[in-house]
Amino acid sequence: MYVYDEHDHKILSERVAQFRGQVDRYLEGEISDEEFLPLRLQNGLYIQRLAPMLRIAVPYGMLTSVQLRKLASIARDYDKGYCHVSTRQNIQFNWPSLEDVPDILAELATVQMHAIQTSGNCIRNTTTDQFAGIAPDEIVDPRPYCEIIRQWSTFHPEFAFLPRKFKIAVTASLDDRAAVQVHDIGLQIVKNDAGTVGFRVLVGGGLGRTPVIGSVIREFLPEEDLLTYLDAILRIYNQFGRRDNKFKARIKILVRAMGPEVFAEKVEEEWQHIKNSPARLTGEEIDRAKSFFTAPPYRQIDDAAVSAALQKHTDEELAFSRWLNRNVQPHKVPGYAAVTLSLKPAGVSPGDITDKQLELLADLADQYSFGEVRTTHEQNIVLGDVAKSDLYDLWKVLKPAGFATPNIGTLTDIICCPGGDYCSLANAKSIPVAEAIQRHFNDLDYLYDLGDLDLNISGCMNACGHHHVGHIGVLGVDKKGEEFYQIQLGGNAGEHSSLGNVLGPSFGRDEVTDVVQKIVDVYVQSRNPDEQFIDTYRRIGIDPFKERVYAKAD
Amino acid sequence: MRKLIKDGAVVTDDWQFVDADHGTVDALPVGKVIVPLALWLENKAELSKHLPKVGVWLNGEEDTAQLHDDVAQLPLIAVNFPVFTDGRGFSAGRLLRERHGFSGELRAVGNFLRDQLCYLRRCGFNAFSLNEKYDPQAALASLGDFSEYYQGAVDEPLPLFRRRALTS
Repeated sequence: MYVYDEHDHKILSERVAQFRGQVDRYLEGEISDEEFLPLRLQNGLYIQRLAPMLRIAVPYGMLTSVQLRKLASIARDYDKGYCHVSTRQNIQFNWPSLEDVPDILAELATVQMHAIQTSGNCIRNTTTDQFAGIAPDEIVDPRPYCEIIRQWSTFHPEFAFLPRKFKIAVTASLDDRAAVQVHDIGLQIVKNDAGTVGFRVLVGGGLGRTPVIGSVIREFLPEEDLLTYLDAILRIYNQFGRRDNKFKARIKILVRAMGPEVFAEKVEEEWQHIKNSPARLTGEEIDRAKSFFTAPPYRQIDDAAVSAALQKHTDEELAFSRWLNRNVQPHKVPGYAAVTLSLKPAGVSPGDITDKQLELLADLADQYSFGEVRTTHEQNIVLGDVAKSDLYDLWKVLKPAGFATPNIGTLTDIICCPGGDYCSLANAKSIPVAEAIQRHFNDLDYLYDLGDLDLNISGCMNACGHHHVGHIGVLGVDKKGEEFYQIQLGGNAGEHSSLGNVLGPSFGRDEVTDVVQKIVDVYVQSRNPDEQFIDTYRRIGIDPFKERVYAKAD
Repeated sequence: MRKLIKDGAVVTDDWQFVDADHGTVDALPVGKVIVPLALWLENKAELSKHLPKVGVWLNGEEDTAQLHDDVAQLPLIAVNFPVFTDGRGFSAGRLLRERHGFSGELRAVGNFLRDQLCYLRRCGFNAFSLNEKYDPQAALASLGDFSEYYQGAVDEPLPLFRRRALTS
């Protein structure tokens, strides 16, 4: 975990003072609503339907137990006792008052946290794989590069007023768990033939109104060139991105209008001017960043012996066996595992977590996982470094805490935006739709039989719920003031990313669960042995689903 | 006369700003004038005779390379911010300083916020024609919103990581 030095602390404390002054001047009337808008957004503060929403940055998803306890106390003291894990690994508070925000920021600063650039038309929090540093399939740990990008992007003087928001994601494994193909910039860490680490650079991916898979503009960028190349991309975007129409202002529109080849040439040309500037990274700095993400003191564990002991528990307890299958993921160190805590039990808004749960999580992190946890873009939480010998004890604690719903990767592990219950942009509510689906599909054996199935719900076309890349995507739409839901099929967020296709006319809220059931039925009847939903869909196409869902009831 | 923030102090502005639609060379006011880029480019020979009493202003979206050959002789370049959300002027400032080597007065004009002063300063601006609703004396504080930065820019070319390495 990165640890602030006096420079980081100074920048953060100056930020707290700056925002406190801005809030004072706003409340005194010196700053107008229009002028305050970008200032508060760049500090993660939205004015929502019922109250402001404050989005706290969780750089690349890493949190310490100390930070978790601080979030718990803020939830209790300034909010209604809970917060929400967003689809970009951040934490959101739904009920703070504007006057309290400077104090909340001051409290966050004491644990090296902030809300810098979590909204607004600037470079947002950099996200990555929730299994960074522990995944058996990664090339190198992506987090040092994420931290380097965090520092570079924080208060970048040139790129704070971009045409539109700008999101960067980094992955270091082929099985892309960070959805880099649907980010403004996606960085895929690769090794070239000489074994040198670098980046495959994608630009212009994104969800929202115009979903696009990013284009590769450079197959191999040496690691020292990371920041100067990012500067070049951002400078081209800042200068040439559209500013006349908010809906056409993302970089994906520019890349598409220029063509990826021309865009790449422009970036290359700009880069030639700055690639050898002092912004060029040094090996020393990369090593410094890496020094914060070293392996914790793992114990020597006899993997075979501990696996045998686990086998005994799984034979005796079906519930433990289910949890082990779905919620426990492999780790690169023998004898260790990553444990995903589901924030998706039926009856809880997907991604919500209470103050008491945060505190328990902090204790569990200290006891079982070297004091750290990770948030995931699927809105769950991961204990990254759990000894396999502790898994059974941990499960016993997780169950009563509401963290052990064994549904990771299944149909009920729904990605869902806050929707019309909270968000002023939403066309429709999304949480009740998620809840109805979770209650309907409550038979675990049936869920497991369905296998890996991503269902994503967004309450409007801004696509915070990533509906375009759900195997089944649900999009809230407004028709003459009434809430309807459009269904999409065939999206995928992993290595072979794809965007969903619209099934047909939209449905009322009470019909959605039934439609999902019909879609699932078509899959079950059409699948080959061991074929996952997305593969069946790709084989048979959308028509059989259409026929079933829209069949006349005669 | 209008107040101006220049080099960290409030001073009186002795330049006259010529709008885009009001400029012919014959009709220019007497004294120090800041003319639109198009007028400068079309009448460079004539206007050059009045140097150093001529400055040029451009919009953030205009290509700063058009002034590349002129920066050595121009005493002042102003970048106009049509709306404060239009960040192109930040790139324009850096390009004028870092790529084209302009060392004269680089002035921000138009519709920018007091809260952008620190970023503007970092991008090479040293003069600010702030909206008159602000108290310029109070606004000086925003120039120093930050005294430490991660990235290198015009004011401090070395990014923090290079400076950290020097002191450790």
